[in-house]
Amino acid sequence: NDHSEEPTPYIEAIVTYISYVLLAVFGHIRDFLRNKGFEANMIATEPDRTKSFVPLYQNFESFFTRNLYRRIRDCWNRPITTCPGAEFEVMDRDSPDYGWTFRYPGSTTRAVNFGSYNYLGFAESSGYCADAAVAATEMYGCGVGSSRTEVGSLNIHTQLERAMAEYLGTEDAIVFPMGFATNALNMAALVGKGCCILSDELNHSSLVLGSRLTGATIKIFKHNNPADLEAKLREAIVYGQARTRRPFTKILIVVEGVYSMEGSIVRLPEIIALKKRYQAYLYLDEAHSIGALGASGRGVVDYYGCDPRDVDVLMGTFTKSFGGAGGYIAGSSRLVQHVRQSSHSAIYGASMPAPVAAQILTALSILLGRAGPPDEGKRRLRQLSVNAQYMRARLHQLGLIVYGDRDSPVVPFMIFMPGKVAAFARLSLAHGLGIVVVGYPATPIIEARARICLSAAHSLDMIDRSVQVIDKLSRLLRIRYSRRQPPDWTRDRTRAWAEAQLAEFSRPLAPTHVASSANGVALIGA
Amino acid sequence: MLIFVADADVSWEFSDLIEAIYSAPTYHLVFEGCLILFIVGLLFQHSFLPSKRRGGSGDRLSKAEEDQLIAEWQPEPLVSGDPADEALLASYQRCATSQVGRSVTYSDGRTLVNFATGNFLDFIGEARIRDRALASLRHYGVGSCGPRGFYGTMDVHLHLEEQLAKFYGCEEAVLYSYGFSTIASAIPSYAKRHDIIFADERCCFAIQQGLEASRSKIIRFRHNDTAHLEELLQRQAEHDRRNPKKARVTRKFIVVEGLYVNCGDICPLGELVKLKYKYKVRLFVEESASLGTLGATGRGICEEAGVSVQDVDLIAAGIENALATQGGFVVGTKYVVDHQRLSGLGYCFSASLPPMLAAAASEALTMVDEMRGERTARLKSVSDRLHQRLLAELDNLWSVEGAPMSPIKHLRLHRCTGENSLPALEAACAAAADAGLLLTVARYVAQDLGQPAQPSIRLSVNCNHSDSEIGSLLDFLKSYATGLAKK
Repeated sequence: NDHSEEPTPYIEAIVTYISYVLLAVFGHIRDFLRNKGFEANMIATEPDRTKSFVPLYQNFESFFTRNLYRRIRDCWNRPITTCPGAEFEVMDRDSPDYGWTFRYPGSTTRAVNFGSYNYLGFAESSGYCADAAVAATEMYGCGVGSSRTEVGSLNIHTQLERAMAEYLGTEDAIVFPMGFATNALNMAALVGKGCCILSDELNHSSLVLGSRLTGATIKIFKHNNPADLEAKLREAIVYGQARTRRPFTKILIVVEGVYSMEGSIVRLPEIIALKKRYQAYLYLDEAHSIGALGASGRGVVDYYGCDPRDVDVLMGTFTKSFGGAGGYIAGSSRLVQHVRQSSHSAIYGASMPAPVAAQILTALSILLGRAGPPDEGKRRLRQLSVNAQYMRARLHQLGLIVYGDRDSPVVPFMIFMPGKVAAFARLSLAHGLGIVVVGYPATPIIEARARICLSAAHSLDMIDRSVQVIDKLSRLLRIRYSRRQPPDWTRDRTRAWAEAQLAEFSRPLAPTHVASSANGVALIGA
Repeated sequence: MLIFVADADVSWEFSDLIEAIYSAPTYHLVFEGCLILFIVGLLFQHSFLPSKRRGGSGDRLSKAEEDQLIAEWQPEPLVSGDPADEALLASYQRCATSQVGRSVTYSDGRTLVNFATGNFLDFIGEARIRDRALASLRHYGVGSCGPRGFYGTMDVHLHLEEQLAKFYGCEEAVLYSYGFSTIASAIPSYAKRHDIIFADERCCFAIQQGLEASRSKIIRFRHNDTAHLEELLQRQAEHDRRNPKKARVTRKFIVVEGLYVNCGDICPLGELVKLKYKYKVRLFVEESASLGTLGATGRGICEEAGVSVQDVDLIAAGIENALATQGGFVVGTKYVVDHQRLSGLGYCFSASLPPMLAAAASEALTMVDEMRGERTARLKSVSDRLHQRLLAELDNLWSVEGAPMSPIKHLRLHRCTGENSLPALEAACAAAADAGLLLTVARYVAQDLGQPAQPSIRLSVNCNHSDSEIGSLLDFLKSYATGLAKK
C-alpha cells in the first residue's frame, strides 16, 4: 500500500506551538481590554432576564472560539449559490470588524470545487439523476411525515434497498435519511452494556457518539495499526470487563474505509484476519469509500478483493459518491431484519424523501451499467481514480507534505501554522480555488492542513491549473515542508499517463441526458 | 535553550568549590545528602504505571495462558435470534404508490383515507411547495455534498434560517438535516456531565437520546405535573443551599414538549416559565408536533400559552410534520443558539439539508405565515369535533387520550371490548385498511422510557379532513369494537 505519512518536522512544530502561545497571549490581553471596557464588546451576552442564572458557558470553553476561531472564521462556512459540481460560485463576504459580523455585497466568485464530497460527479442539476428526482417529487412530494415502521414506506425505498444489497454483494440492506444518524442511532441495536467496542483513534464523531450511546466499554487503538488492534483484542478477551472481571459478551471493531482527515485507507485484509482469529465482529463505515474506491466502485472491500460476507456490518452514506443524502446498513438478512425491528431511526424518524431516494437509485443504476450512456459508470470511476493519483503525484512533486494512500480520493497536505492556514484559505479562494482548510479541534492542534477532495467531474486541465496556483501559493507561504523525495510511484503519474488511462472514454464528461422512462424512476432488477 | 548570563567578575574555580563544601553548615550538607539518596531510591523503585499492574496480583499471564483463554472465549452472536415481529416487518412491505397526503394509494389499488401521518396542515401535495422544490432541484441538484463548514452552506439554508428566526420573533435559528437529531444534538451541547436536567416522564425518545448523550443527572417529573416539578426543584434548591460552591457551576434545565407525541396533550408552559424564573432553571421546549398546530397563527406553544418567546431559552423542532419535508431547527437568542454552530454534533459533522428540501420548507413556512392561522384554526376545530364525537359515540368502546384540540390522539380498546394488546390493535389497523382507512399503532423501542404502559393507535388529524371522512372513521371504530365485544 503506497501510504505516505511524513512526521511533523521539529522546527515547524516548535514554531506552530509558539504561534499558538502568542495568539493565546493576545487573546488574554484582548479579553482583558473587553472586560474593562477599553474595547467594544461584540460578544453575544446573556439576556437580562437570565443574568442571575448559572452561566451557560464556561469562560474558558469559549476562549478559543472568541480569540482564535473568530478572527479567521471567514475560512469556513462559506455559502455558495450553485450546484456543488466541479465548479461553483462562492458568495463574497467581508467583515468590517475582524470576524464578528459579515456583510454580503451580493457578488460571487467562481472557483474550482475541491471542497465538496462529490467523488463521482453525481451532484448535477440536470441529467438522468435529476430527471428521476423530478419525477419522484411530482409523484410523492418532498416528505412523508411518518417512519418506516408506521406508514412511511414507499415503493422506492424497497427498490433502493434491493439495489444497494445487490451492489454491495450482501443479502439485504436498509436505508436511512441521515448519514450521521445512521451511525449514532443504530449502533445501540447491535451492542450494549457488557460488550466491548474497539474504535480507531481517528473515527468520525458520529461513530464516537454512536459508540457512547450503546453503553458498551470503548477502547481506542492506534490509527490503522493492526498490531495495536491485536494487542487490545487480546487484552479485552483475556482480562474482560474492568471491575467485575466478567468476559465481554461481544467485541465489535469499528473502522472507516477512508479517513477523511488523513486520506488513509483502512488495512482491511489484516483487520479481517484478526477479527476471524479472535471471533470479533467488524463494523465498517464506508462514508468516503463507497463509490470512490475499487475497480467497480463497490468500496474498500472491492478495492482489496475481500469477501463482503467477512464484514459483519457494512455501513455507508449516500452524500459523498451518489449526490444524495442519507445512509445505509447492509449485511446478512438476519442482521438487517434485526436493525429493521430495533433501529431508533426506523421507528421514530421520518423516512427518506422520495427525490433523494430517486437520485441515489439512478446513480446506482448508472454505476451498475443499467442506465445512462454505455460505460458511464466505468468512466466516472476511472476518471476519479486518475484524478486522485495525478493530483496527489503533482502535489508530492511540489514538495508539500501530503498524507494518505495513493488511491484515496481525499488528498490532505500540511500547513501547520494557524496564520498560514488562514492565508492559504483566503488566497486560494481569491485565485479561484475552493479548498477546505481544517484545524483544531478536527485535527491535532499543531497539524492544521488543507484538504482536496477530487471528483470525477474535474478535468485534467482544471487539475493542472489548480496545481499551478498551489505551486505559486506554496512558494509564497513557504509550506513546502517535505524533507523526503517524492514517492517512486509519482514519477510515472504524468499528464500523458492520465490521458492514456482516459483514452478509451474519449467523450468529455457531460451531464447524462437520456430520455427517461414513463415515470422516470429507474427500476433495478424489478 | 539555556541562557547564560556572563558575569566577568565571578569565575568559579575548582578549589573554590571544595572550599565551599567545607565551609557550608552541617545541616545543609545532611539535607542535600538525604535528597540525593531519595532521588537514587526513587529511580530504582518499581514502576506504578497502571498498565503494568493488570490482573490484580501484578503478574501478567503467560502467552500460553492467554492463548488458552482466547481459545475458550465464546462470544454471543452479533444479533440475537429475537423472534421476527411480523406486523412491524410487514409495514416495510406496505409501500405507497402515491404521495402520502390526505389519502394514500397502495400497490393493490386501494386508496385509503390517511389518519396516520403528521401531515397536519395538509401541505403534502401542495403545488406551490412542489414547484419551489423542483425549481431548487433544477438549480442545486439534490445533495449538498458537504457539511455546513465545508461549502455545504447554500444561500437557501441562510434564507431559511433567517425566515425561521423572523417567524418566531427570535434572534437566530440553526438548521439541522434530520428532525430526530435536532433535539438529540441540542441538549448535549449545553448540558454536560455534572449538570441537572428535569425532564417530563413522557418525553419522546429523541429527547431521551439527547439526555443520555449529555451524561447529566436526569430527574423525571410526573407528566404535566407542575406541583411535582416544583417539589423536585425545591428539593434541589435546598441541596444547593448546602453546597453553594458546587451549585454555582451546576447548570439546571427543564426539558418539555409543546405537544406531547406520546400522549397528545399540551404542556402548561405559563406555569413552567414561572418556575423557571423562581428556581433559575433554563427552559428547553421541543416543538415538533406543535409547530403549525398550536397558537393563533401557528407559531406554536408560546403563542398558545400567551408566553413571550423570549422567556423560553431554546425551541427545537423537527419540520417533518407540519412543514411536510425533512429536517429540523433550533431557534432562540443569539447567546444560546449560536453555540450550536460549533458544538452541535448533528450540525457540524453531518452533511447539510439538501437544498431542495430547504426550499420546500421555506415555501411551506411562507404559506403558514400568509395564512395567518387559518389552517391552524381549522385543524383545531376538526380535532375538537372528532374528540367530542369520540367521547359521545364511542365512550364505552374506545378510550381516547389527548387534549380536545390536539391533532394527535391515542386510542385504546376499552376493557369491555377485550384486551388492549398490540396484536389486537394491529389487527384493528388491518381491518381499518379493508374499510378504506389508514391507521397505525404507535411504535416504540424497548428502551423508550416515555412509552405508555398500554399500547395505542395514534390518530393524526389533517386540517382538511371532511365530516364524511371523520364519520366513516367513527363508523369503523364503532363497528369493529362492537364486533369484538360480542365475541
